[in-house]
Amino acid sequence: MSGTYFVILAVLVGAGFLLGAQRARGLRSDTGSALHSLPAYHGLYIAAAVLTVMMAIYVMAAPLAEHYVLRQAFGAFDPSIIAEQLQRDATLRDIQNLVAGSYQGEPSDTLKAGAAAYASASSLAFWGLNGLGVLAGLAVIFWGLSRIQPELRARNQFEHFVKYVLLACSAVAVLTTIGILLSVVFEAAQFFSKISPIDFLFGLQWSPQTAMRADQVGSSGVFGIVPLIVGTLLITIIAMLVAGPLGLFSAIYMAEYATPPIRAIVKPILEILAGIPTVVLGFFAALTVAPLIRSSGQSLGFDVASESALAAGLVMGMMIIPFVSSLSDDVINAVPQSLRDGSYAMGATKSETIKKVVLPAALPGIVSAFMLAISRAIGETMIVVMAAGLAANLTFNPLAAVTTVTVQIKTLLVGDQEFDSAKTLSAFALGLVLFFFTLALNYIALKIVQRYREQYD
Amino acid sequence: MTDTAIATPRRIGDNDALVARRYRAERRFKFYGIAAIAVTAVFLMLLFADVLVKGLPAFTEHRLTLPIKVDQAAIDPQNSKDPKIIRTGDFDSPIRRAFRDLFPEVTTRGDRKKLMGLLSSGAADDFRAMVMRDPALIGQDAKVPVLLSDDADQYLKGRQTGVEKFPGQGTMTVTPEGEQFKLTSDGVALPSPGDIIRMNGGAFRVLSLSNAALLAEQVMAPKTPAPAASGAWDIVRFTVPENNRRIDDQEALWLEHLKEQGIAESNIAWRFFTSGDSREPELAGIRGALMGSILTLLVTLFLCLPIGVAAAIYLEEFAPKNRFTQIIELNINNLAAVPSIVFGLLGLAMFLNFFGLPRSAPLVGGLVLALLVLPTIIIASRAALRAVPPSIKEAALGVGASHQQAVFHHVLPLAMPGIMTGTIIGMAHALGETAPLLMIGMVAFIVDIPTGFTDAATALPIQIYLWSDLPEIAFQSKTAGAIIVLLAFLFVMNAAAIMLRKRFERRW
Repeated sequence: MSGTYFVILAVLVGAGFLLGAQRARGLRSDTGSALHSLPAYHGLYIAAAVLTVMMAIYVMAAPLAEHYVLRQAFGAFDPSIIAEQLQRDATLRDIQNLVAGSYQGEPSDTLKAGAAAYASASSLAFWGLNGLGVLAGLAVIFWGLSRIQPELRARNQFEHFVKYVLLACSAVAVLTTIGILLSVVFEAAQFFSKISPIDFLFGLQWSPQTAMRADQVGSSGVFGIVPLIVGTLLITIIAMLVAGPLGLFSAIYMAEYATPPIRAIVKPILEILAGIPTVVLGFFAALTVAPLIRSSGQSLGFDVASESALAAGLVMGMMIIPFVSSLSDDVINAVPQSLRDGSYAMGATKSETIKKVVLPAALPGIVSAFMLAISRAIGETMIVVMAAGLAANLTFNPLAAVTTVTVQIKTLLVGDQEFDSAKTLSAFALGLVLFFFTLALNYIALKIVQRYREQYD
Repeated sequence: MTDTAIATPRRIGDNDALVARRYRAERRFKFYGIAAIAVTAVFLMLLFADVLVKGLPAFTEHRLTLPIKVDQAAIDPQNSKDPKIIRTGDFDSPIRRAFRDLFPEVTTRGDRKKLMGLLSSGAADDFRAMVMRDPALIGQDAKVPVLLSDDADQYLKGRQTGVEKFPGQGTMTVTPEGEQFKLTSDGVALPSPGDIIRMNGGAFRVLSLSNAALLAEQVMAPKTPAPAASGAWDIVRFTVPENNRRIDDQEALWLEHLKEQGIAESNIAWRFFTSGDSREPELAGIRGALMGSILTLLVTLFLCLPIGVAAAIYLEEFAPKNRFTQIIELNINNLAAVPSIVFGLLGLAMFLNFFGLPRSAPLVGGLVLALLVLPTIIIASRAALRAVPPSIKEAALGVGASHQQAVFHHVLPLAMPGIMTGTIIGMAHALGETAPLLMIGMVAFIVDIPTGFTDAATALPIQIYLWSDLPEIAFQSKTAGAIIVLLAFLFVMNAAAIMLRKRFERRW
């Protein structure tokens, strides 16, 4: 249905363009009068009009047509079937298979009646929608052709149209944010109608699968987010202990010491590291680093879990090194040379200059780089999914297995989902927490830079 | 400060020590920087080495070459040459028969079953495909490549145990001693307990040593009880004990025999690129995942390139300085920092549940990834547009072009290389992205190769994730093999971006 419609749309848009341009050219040679706009703009003017009208018709009529087809198809069935999502989908598939001739087995009479109604309704909808589209498109073309005159400001009108298209495209970013907020908030609100937000935010136990407390009614488990937050923080802290010094020192070296040839070698290394997919790092963490830590820990007499926080944290730290170093590098480079020169003039060595002058001047930027890196670590999924555990242990022991917010979201949503159970909905509540956590970190990072940035110029 | 400096002047000697200390601190500080970079580089090299070592075996497979008579009666009795009839023919038993003929000494039911376990369950399908491709083979003798099982393959790749072989010196005689056997040799080199002695087509596992005689148990019965001359017997030593590997001594000896006879050979595993996922490691390939990734990226590219460039043009050239523009800009920066898994939640709640789009489809995956990389592309495109000097636009405006004509005819073409570079980098990012695709159900065991945008599909990173979870060692090397392919794609994409930048970058 849609395919045909869009083919017709493309044909009519093309026809509108060609006819409009031709009419404008004809006008120019017949009357000899100068046109306000180039002939191509007259064509584009009509094409844009056809596109707008036909898209509007599709957006309005296609859902109506689908609704009509479904109502006709289910007319023969018991209302109880239509009420339930799963049964309705299954029935619809049966009907579609029957119409397509690929139905397995002997169809019931109701199914046959439904299929007949479905077939006739969908052919009616098909012709109705496409007919309406063709008529509207042709009407717009004729209307446009009748408007073509030498004085028509076709270019201005078309440019006006283009401007709105551009505006709409840049609004996609806003729509995405709204979409994220709506989808997460809506489902999270459903979750909080089942579980109190106080229990969620301050509960010390996370166990979405099984009922742990008998007095909880209408829920399948316990949803206390504290162990997840602690686990996430533990892994993030380990990651930052790795990435902080390594990233900062490589940034300092790159910005202050490295000669151009060294920069030309080292910068690609960091860029390659930044470009490695996290699923690859997760594989490395789970299958190489974790067994290594486990065996070396055990040989030292420590009890190391096979999915220790340390393995995930170490590899995650490696992941965010390029992030810390490239942001810090930029900030250090932005410190004016005159400050360094002043320090050298006082007799300071290079490292003293860096420690006493450059770093303090770059501190707000470095702090904000760290914040962004932390937000990246908190939101990272694949490394922890593959290398960290599933059990929500409330512990700060880096050798124990902990779980994180992202791991739980993934675990809760991969596989079977029931959108009326607290278990599935809790993933969206976790998503909301994650979204606000990272947003807040970014906001703070931005504010730090804005407030404490020194203006040297 | 100045006062105190004057009040307590340092003596020359102190100063030297101080300067030396300060220079030491200087060197130390510089060393920290080098060390930090070295650690990062070493990590990267370890990562690549680990992936290569684990992954390269995935690109080869071991096959037997068996002479098989393609039996007319079992495959196409009426000589119809009809593919439908050939498809239903019996291709399994000829392979089994030919394989069994290689080991006439294997007679017991249990041993035969074990022997057949060395073959892949897909061997008959390969044979079938071979005959379907070339029906003229029916009735002929053919050399048929027969795929080995994953465990046998892993053994022959040396990933189960190391094997050492020593030629036997002196004549070896075997005398039965109750349940066990007594082996005596007049040679000097003697095996140690656990070693296998192969002679006359049979094998004995050494249990204990007692002056010049060995107590051994029989692993495989020899053809004759006659003594074996020097060089006609040998010692085989497996470095990993039998209990710690998935191939036992008997199977290992069969495989050694096949390898020595030149029947089992290593070949390039094109199957890895041409077949879809499978429960059998030796049959699993990445074609389905690769197609899924390509379809997904096509949707992503088709959506986010026009939208991203249009948004960049608007924000850079046409947007009025007002609150709405500010909100859009702030939004784009914030979106770039939103964790990717949250985009997966958006895809699940909006595209799947609200709009009712199909689960596991490249269409939805592409949509989600498009939203994910949109900020990257907008930011890169804006930078590219900004890099075009204003004089170009002003010149166009000066000769009477409208603002849009100046932008679309003059600024945009000059910014295109930069935009393309940003787009390729965005696409590379999308190719490696896993978490959002997990959320929208592109994480299923899918054997069929997807052909359309609404077919159920996985993607390359998802395949890596799925395989990494499986217990078989062979899947571990498949995982690493898939990672090598993924990294190769990323490498090519990034190299293309760098080439583009080098080739078309203009300094104004």
